[in-house]
Amino acid sequence: MSQLYSSTLLENAVNEFAKLPGIGRKTALRLVLHLLKQSEEDVELFGNTFIRLRKEIIYCKVCHNISDTEVCHICSNPGRDAQTICVVENIKDVMAIENTQQYKGLYHVLGGIISPMDGVGPNDLEIESLVKRVQDEEIKEVILALSTTMEGDTTNFYIFRKLSPTGIKITTIARGIAIGDELEYADEVTLGRSIVNRVDFTNSFK
Amino acid sequence: MRLNSISILNYKNIAQADLEFPAKINCFVGNNGMGKTNLLDAIYYLSFCKSHSNSVDSQNIKHDADFLMLQGKYSLRENEEEIYCGIKRRQKKQFKRNKKEYPRLADHIGLLPLVLISPKDDGLIAEGSDERRKFMDGVISQYNSQYLNALMQYNHALKQRNALLKNEMMTDATLFEIWEEQMVMYGNYIYGERKQFVERFIPLFQQNYSFISEDKELVGLEYKSQLHDASLAEKLVKNRERDRIIGFSMNGIHKDDLEMTLGEHPMKRVGSQGQNKTYLISLKLAQFSFLKQTHGVKPILLLDDIFDKLDEKRVTKIVELVAGDEFGQIFISDKSSKHWEEILPRINQSSRIFKVVDGEIV
Ligand SMILES: [Zn+2]
Repeated sequence: MSQLYSSTLLENAVNEFAKLPGIGRKTALRLVLHLLKQSEEDVELFGNTFIRLRKEIIYCKVCHNISDTEVCHICSNPGRDAQTICVVENIKDVMAIENTQQYKGLYHVLGGIISPMDGVGPNDLEIESLVKRVQDEEIKEVILALSTTMEGDTTNFYIFRKLSPTGIKITTIARGIAIGDELEYADEVTLGRSIVNRVDFTNSFK
Repeated sequence: MRLNSISILNYKNIAQADLEFPAKINCFVGNNGMGKTNLLDAIYYLSFCKSHSNSVDSQNIKHDADFLMLQGKYSLRENEEEIYCGIKRRQKKQFKRNKKEYPRLADHIGLLPLVLISPKDDGLIAEGSDERRKFMDGVISQYNSQYLNALMQYNHALKQRNALLKNEMMTDATLFEIWEEQMVMYGNYIYGERKQFVERFIPLFQQNYSFISEDKELVGLEYKSQLHDASLAEKLVKNRERDRIIGFSMNGIHKDDLEMTLGEHPMKRVGSQGQNKTYLISLKLAQFSFLKQTHGVKPILLLDDIFDKLDEKRVTKIVELVAGDEFGQIFISDKSSKHWEEILPRINQSSRIFKVVDGEIV
C-alpha cells in the first residue's frame, strides 16, 4: 500500500479522511490534494476548527442538545414554553423539529433508543435525567417523538412506565409518517402538523 | 389458470426453448442432468421471481451466456397475462407483466399461484421443526398479508429479549416486560392463525392420504404449541431466570411444531420411503386445495421427480387424483416415459410428453 503514495504524510492524511462515513480512498486523496493547494492559514483554520469542536463542545446540561454554553439557547430562551418537553432520539431530530417552526417547548435528547441487540440499555440513555427533570421542574406535558420502529416503541413504553407515577400528561406525536420512518426524513409539513396534533400516549396504541 | 406457452433463453442448461402446453398434463422425460427439472424450475421462477434450487441468479444464467430470459403466456381468470423475466449479469433482474415493469418483485409474487412437489420436501419429515414452521408460514402468508409482518416483528422482539438475557448489565424488569409484551402480542396472533390454518388443513390432508393409500394406513397431523395450555405471557415471566442461565428464550411460537404420525408413532421413525412420500405428497396437495380456495383459481402444479420411490399402484392413484377436475394444469418430470405412455391415454385429458436431452426438448 505505501508504495502507492510518494509520502507517508500524504498517506496518513488520506487514511484519516477515508475513515469518514461515505468517503472512499479516491475521494479522500482528492480532498487531501485540494487542502495541499490552500494557504497554510486556511488549512490551520480547518484543522483547528475540528480540534476545538471536539475539545470544547458542550452538551446542554438540561436537554443534552449540543451547545456552546452550559445551558443551550433553546433552554435559556424565556420565550419558549418551559412546561412542555419533547423527547427525541438525537440532535438531528431537534434540528428537524426546529425547522418546522411549529414547536415552542423544550427538548430532551436521549442519545439513542433502547436496543439490547446493539448493547444499548436505559442506563446508556438520558432517561433518568428526564425523570428527574419532570420531578424537579414544573413540567405539564411530555411529548414522545421517537421513531416508530420496535425499538422506538419500546423506548416510548419504557419512558411511559418511568413517568406515569408522576401523573404527568404524556403524549406522542400523531404520525402522518409511515411506520419505520425516521424523524429526520419526515418532511417539515407532516412533522409540524403531527406535533400540533399530538395524541395522548395511552390512546396511541389502541 | 393455465400456462399456454413458455420461451426460454439461457436458463441453466437450456440454451433455447419455445414450448406450447396443453391444458392438463405435461410430462418432461429424461435422464438426470438433462434439464427436465430446470424446465420446471423456469416455470417456478415465473411465479416466485426466484429459482427453487439456486438463489444465486448469476448461476442460473447458462455458463457461457451473459443473460437469461423467461417469458410465459398465461390465461388467468378471463385474462391473458404475459410475464417476462430478464436477467443480465451484474444487473438487477427485470420482471414485467404485460410489458410493464414491476416496481417491486413482491408485487408479482402471488399473482400466479403454484405448488411444487419435489424431493426437497423430504426435509419436512426428516429435519427439525424449523422446516415444518416454514411450511405453515409459507402457506399462511400466501393468503394473509399481515402474517409475515407479525412473524418478523415477533422474531425481532425475540432477538431483543435473547440479547437482553445475555446482557448482565440490563436486569431492569420493566425492560423484560416491554419486550415480552410485544412477543406476546405478535405470538398470540401467530398462534391463532396457525391453529386456524391447521384445523382447516387436516381434513384436506387426510382426504388425500386415504385416497392415495386406499385407506391402508392411519396417519396423523397435529399442531403442537406451548400456547395450547398456557399463556405465553405467564411462561415468559416465570422462566426469566432459567432463560437467563440458558441464554435463550425457551418459550414461544418459535418452538411450535407439526407432529406427523403413522399409527401411534412418529413418521420420521416408522415411515417407509413410500409412506413418507405419500405423506408429503398429501401435504402438498392439501396446500394446493388451500391456495385454490384463497386465490379462487386452480394453481399450477409441478411434480418434480416424485414417482421414484412409489409403487405403481400409488403412482396411478396420484395421477388419477391430480387428473381430476379438482386440479388444473400439471407439469411432471420423470426419468422414464414408460408409465406415462400407459397412463395418459387412459385418463382422457389433453396431455403431452416432452423428451429432454442435454438441455434440448425433442
Ligand atoms: Zn438545552
